Amino acid sequence: MNRLAVVLPGLSLKNPIMPASGCFGFGKEYAKLYDLSKLGAIMIKATTLETRLGNPTPRVAETPAGMLNAIGLQNPGLTKVMENELPWLAQYDVPIIANVAGTLTEDYVAVAEAISKASNVHALELNISCPNVKQGGITFGTDPRVAEELTRAVKEVSSVPVYVKLSPNVTNVGEIAKAVEAGGADGITMINTLLGIRLDTKTGKPVIANVTGGLSGPAIKPVALRMVYEVAKQVSIPIIGMGGISTIDDVIDFLSAGASAVAVGTANFVDPFVCPNLIEQLPEKLDELGFETVSELVGRSHRL
Amino acid sequence: MIRQGQMQVVKQKQIATNIFELTLIGQHVLDMNEPGQFVHLRVSDQFDPLLRRPISISSIDKDTLQFTMIYRAEGRGTTLLSEKKQGDQVDVLGPLGNGFPIDKVQAGQKALLVGGGIGVPPLYELSKRLVEKGVQPIHVLGFQSKDVVFYEKHFQELGETHIVTVDGSHGHKGFVTNVLETLEEDFAVYYSCGPTPMLSALEKMYPHKEGYLSFEQRMGCGIGACFACVCETTEKTEADYVKVCSDGPVFQSGVVRV
Repeated sequence: MNRLAVVLPGLSLKNPIMPASGCFGFGKEYAKLYDLSKLGAIMIKATTLETRLGNPTPRVAETPAGMLNAIGLQNPGLTKVMENELPWLAQYDVPIIANVAGTLTEDYVAVAEAISKASNVHALELNISCPNVKQGGITFGTDPRVAEELTRAVKEVSSVPVYVKLSPNVTNVGEIAKAVEAGGADGITMINTLLGIRLDTKTGKPVIANVTGGLSGPAIKPVALRMVYEVAKQVSIPIIGMGGISTIDDVIDFLSAGASAVAVGTANFVDPFVCPNLIEQLPEKLDELGFETVSELVGRSHRL
Repeated sequence: MIRQGQMQVVKQKQIATNIFELTLIGQHVLDMNEPGQFVHLRVSDQFDPLLRRPISISSIDKDTLQFTMIYRAEGRGTTLLSEKKQGDQVDVLGPLGNGFPIDKVQAGQKALLVGGGIGVPPLYELSKRLVEKGVQPIHVLGFQSKDVVFYEKHFQELGETHIVTVDGSHGHKGFVTNVLETLEEDFAVYYSCGPTPMLSALEKMYPHKEGYLSFEQRMGCGIGACFACVCETTEKTEADYVKVCSDGPVFQSGVVRV
């Protein structure tokens, strides 16, 4: 028995650790460093219907124990992702979770319908939480009714289970979570980045060309963990947790708070080997804590 | 191959105001083949500062497994780096990026090397390689003022060297372009690294010459995954954009829209 294995809608994961969307491109860069088949899954970069060139630079700024980014969903567009990126990824024994983004409901529906038919796409991650585009993205993720409707529309056309990626930039994340569950979501991924600004202290000018950016990195972990903890109590669909994970203890904390698996984002930029390293460290950590399997650990904070 | 792991500080020396020369030893050097590549350094094992710092490689010595960087300590990250002492460890990811092609110029020909400020260091390894090949380098190096000039003698030992300072406190007064206007255009290829306005000026000055320019851009991952360091391109390439970290940092002149 594989003690790290996790089974989720559409996903049979050999371990609960995967790179988060937007922090791993379409895998090519990291494939030069290690075998991608080691990963539990890969959340590929957000795909939109059309090619997007993203925001002007500077797009990133470092902050205390974190970073702001405003990449702006740069991606080659649905056709090229289907023709080039996904077939290339198919050489690896790893399920792909395709992050789907758009401006209008029709865009999401069109991308979801097409990309969910790719043989190695085992689930979708509906991106209703990108804070860095003027239209679409987060505007779908901050109103429960809108989020529910979009989820329902995508569920109707998707050939694979649909996970919805929640934004932390809301007053009541549980309300959004319940709404997407009602809309038919098979799972939740959370959290996306927190909106922030960094200023050049000398001039007072924002450092990022887009003015605001999404905050990620270890700095946001307590916020992410709190939200996973809250949402786990309110929904019965599984959660893939993320937000500032960079150590094995972070992985344990998210699982304890109720995530069934975790995604690692910004830490890939600091240590490109972080995902395989965490996978390697996990069995020893389970031993240390006295757990036989990952599944036993999930949600233990709620059972205390 | 890109390696990641600890390298040891062999020596660290301040060579001008806020300018440091840092030499590290380790296996990474085995893969350092092109002048103009860079390494991505973690200056602390804490979460703050979080991201790596891209620093260009200024010289490579495969026999001793050592390489040297020259950088300016200006922010928190580079200031922490400047505090590293002999024997300390530094987490190095690299070598990264594509360097200056030296096969574009033949023995007996001349190459023009133009550097600005902290863009000067990668030209040193480049010049050494060109000289080894029998190419005659002409160096035009610009700095703000006398107190931040470095490696003047190092470059003089390799070939003709013109130093320019903005305030005229050392060498010629003005910008590198003021000196370039006085030089003969008998070089086969030009190479440059420095501020973007300088690179742009060179492209305008030498529209018919083959040139290779090293660009700087705020980076995240350093390996091409995060899309932080993209630049717009011109009609000269089919690519909609290029990433400075993994497609560059060196590009043929005219490819990046400046």
